[in-house]
Amino acid sequence: MRRFLSLTLMCLLLLGITVTAQAQTDNENSTNDDAAALELLEALDVESYAAKGEAITAILQSDDERARDWLQALLDGRLQRTDDGRFVLVLENRGRDWPVADVLTGEALGEMSRRELDRIGINNNLRNQLRSAIAVVDLYSPSVERRLTSAERLLGEVDADLVPTLNDLIEQEEDDQVRYRLTQAVAIYRAEEGEMAGVEALDGSLHPRSRVALSRAANSDDPVVANAAAASLAGIEQQLKINRGLETLYFGLSLGSVLVLAAIGLAITFGVMGVINMAHGELIMLGAYTTWAMQQLLPGQPGLALVLSIPAGFMVSALAGIAIERGVIQFLKGRPLETLLATFGVSLILQQLVRTVISPQNRTVITPEWMSGSLVVNDALSLTLNRMFVLGFALVVFAGLMLIMRRTRLGLEVRAVTQNRAMARSMGIRATRVDIMTFALGSGVAGLAGVALSQLTNVGPNLGQNYIIDSFMVVVFGGVGNLWGTLVAGLSLGVINQVLEPWAGAVLAKIIVLVFIILFIQKRPRGLFPQKGRAAEG
Amino acid sequence: MSLTTQSSANFWLTRPFSERSTQIFLVVLLATLALVTLLHVAVPAGNPLHIGAYTVNLFGKYLSYALLAVAVDLVWGYLGILSLGHGAFFAIGGYAMGMYLMRQIGDRGTYGDPVLPDFMVFLSWDSLPWFWHGFDMAWFAFAMVLLAPGLLALVFGFLAFRSRVTGVYLSIITQALTFALMLAFFRNEMGFGGNNGLTDFREILGFDLRTDATRLGLFLATGIALALGFILCRAIVTSKLGRVSVATRDAEARTRFLGYRVERFQLFVFVVSAMLAGLAGALYVPQVGIINPSEFSPIFSIEIVLWVALGGRATLYGAVIGAILVNYAKTIFTGVMPDAWLFALGGLFVFVTVFLPKGVAGLLEHLKRRRHDPTPTPDKEATA
Repeated sequence: MRRFLSLTLMCLLLLGITVTAQAQTDNENSTNDDAAALELLEALDVESYAAKGEAITAILQSDDERARDWLQALLDGRLQRTDDGRFVLVLENRGRDWPVADVLTGEALGEMSRRELDRIGINNNLRNQLRSAIAVVDLYSPSVERRLTSAERLLGEVDADLVPTLNDLIEQEEDDQVRYRLTQAVAIYRAEEGEMAGVEALDGSLHPRSRVALSRAANSDDPVVANAAAASLAGIEQQLKINRGLETLYFGLSLGSVLVLAAIGLAITFGVMGVINMAHGELIMLGAYTTWAMQQLLPGQPGLALVLSIPAGFMVSALAGIAIERGVIQFLKGRPLETLLATFGVSLILQQLVRTVISPQNRTVITPEWMSGSLVVNDALSLTLNRMFVLGFALVVFAGLMLIMRRTRLGLEVRAVTQNRAMARSMGIRATRVDIMTFALGSGVAGLAGVALSQLTNVGPNLGQNYIIDSFMVVVFGGVGNLWGTLVAGLSLGVINQVLEPWAGAVLAKIIVLVFIILFIQKRPRGLFPQKGRAAEG
Repeated sequence: MSLTTQSSANFWLTRPFSERSTQIFLVVLLATLALVTLLHVAVPAGNPLHIGAYTVNLFGKYLSYALLAVAVDLVWGYLGILSLGHGAFFAIGGYAMGMYLMRQIGDRGTYGDPVLPDFMVFLSWDSLPWFWHGFDMAWFAFAMVLLAPGLLALVFGFLAFRSRVTGVYLSIITQALTFALMLAFFRNEMGFGGNNGLTDFREILGFDLRTDATRLGLFLATGIALALGFILCRAIVTSKLGRVSVATRDAEARTRFLGYRVERFQLFVFVVSAMLAGLAGALYVPQVGIINPSEFSPIFSIEIVLWVALGGRATLYGAVIGAILVNYAKTIFTGVMPDAWLFALGGLFVFVTVFLPKGVAGLLEHLKRRRHDPTPTPDKEATA
């Protein structure tokens, strides 16, 4: 009964609004308007809720363009009356004194004590009525965005009385997306009523409400409709499965790209140079903190700061890497186990340094606007933008490293020194310099990983520690000394992890992956892509 | 070290003690045990020479760490395997002991359930998981202290050594092993108390864990276990088996070519070492009163390696010295200036590996040689 009442009311409202929308342009006599508006508002301040309902209808039927704001304020309890009878909008109802504005002119009236104000109360019935009214009001808004949100809210909420109005709107609508949503909203209603047209229109739609409508239609008395609905439902399920698969793949690739970024620097220092750098994770952390520091230096410009921290993060970590190489690693040539221990010591010192100098708490790094939000592919699949950026970034970094190793003099020298140090030196290559440059390169890439990671996870002193074991796993799994192996290993481990997660849980998935790698190394100690020929001898 | 092929029963008994350092070490260890007992029991509490129950407990903890360090030195020093996962064996031994101690609580827990430990009642489990059965019996639990880590080491080592995973790779996968176990033990579903681990122990073999006498008893038991473990390790390294191990460490391929099945030697020593680590964990748990998954953390395992490196690899007694020195320093630092501890630990890692590759034992050796040989050695040799 209540629903029926509100429907009738809404229908009336709609009629009124159509008029409003058409009358919006000719707004000549504002004083007259204000007088009429005041009358409309006065009608709200009555005891009986039924009378209030009528007053709301009257407001909607009026051709006043401020109607939406009034109704929203009424719904939020912000439409209030002062002791001297003026109507005001409370801008913020917190604390003792509230800032208010005049309802008619919108002019700010300063702060008023809450005791001077009197709220216009509503009950649940009215609240529902207001909500549906506001939803439909928005469909006439000149803003496409507002129309779209409003249309999306209508999915599954349409009833018989709304259909003709919506059909009119569909004809008038210029924006494709809004029209699509409105058509869908009507189709959902039709399908729920067991009409063939609705079922046909919903075929292939991935919205959850469409599925609800179709499954209702599948139980319809008409066997033709029921069969058609069941068939398209099966098709939708299939589609959804594919979309879910794509989503898992996307998350897997995203996780994989993080692993690749974290591990690719290690693939240079450990894989190519054979130096175990347990402080690699802390070099990543330094990159992340550089991003944070850049954003502190350039307040209000998170995007610019992020772009600038790409070279800055590289430099900071590369310099730290050079310091580690010169200060520790050069004394431990040919003693990999000692190198492991010493660099682990360095990692402890770096962690504690950050804790002492900056803070043991996590720092927040702002995601710039152009990186937040997501790319909506369809109703069942949307891809977050920041992950997409990180994925792209990982591929760019990888390509850059490949170019350096394959196409530059440095890359050539690095490979020469790795394969036969003595021979390379006698050919005039300054091996020590190559060591420093290579280590700086690997460390700098760790810094880049940190910049990217700052967009996905918390930036804290433990950031690096969380990635060091994973990074080593990726390098070892891919095959030491092989950059392609690192890429393939990182991406596939990411995907495997995400595929396992739904049925094993996040922690167990991680454990399974670790155990898998441990067993894999037993089977193929040299990884996925073992080095062959001379490079393998070193 | 005599290298004769004599094989009488008498020789088996004397060989482990043949080296001077072993004799000194065992005498010092036993004297320390006796002295601490004397100062704790016979000297009245007000006397400055009195050693309180807290200190006895602390020493007991150090000694269990020392036993763990000896186990690591056995594989790292004599076999060349840098295990970054020995904390896992230690923790598993500790969990086996913890499970026994949990079952000993009986119905005195917060929830008063006669069979189920408190955390299971809290998770509203209605029966004991299968792997908890038998742990109410001391003999079974104590056997598990050795068997559970031994079995893990056997399976892991069998797979690893058979496929000739050595060097850094082995280090990294042992680290992955302990990391995976840490994640697993953090889960409540594993049935080991999750995050909080096992705690709130009451008594061991009928002795109340909170009395001073039990604490002294545990301290002495740990000291004796350390002495026995030490002798066992000496017996291994002075045997032919030990010599093959050292040969493997120095030239694995050559040893293989000489006809030795290297992986079998590696596996045997690795399993013995894991069992010793498990024993150390089992002695550690009743003294600190808790076991939780943090013992599995990769950092702890690396720290053990640092003790050995500081004390001096391949000396066994060096491992004991290192473990006690580092942990004593840790107790002091974390008490006085907790922030500085990680700096100190990190600095120690770098310092020891770069400047003191033979550890404290190497330093002692050097000093001794200097005293015997009056001609001063050139400075270079000190760091060589």
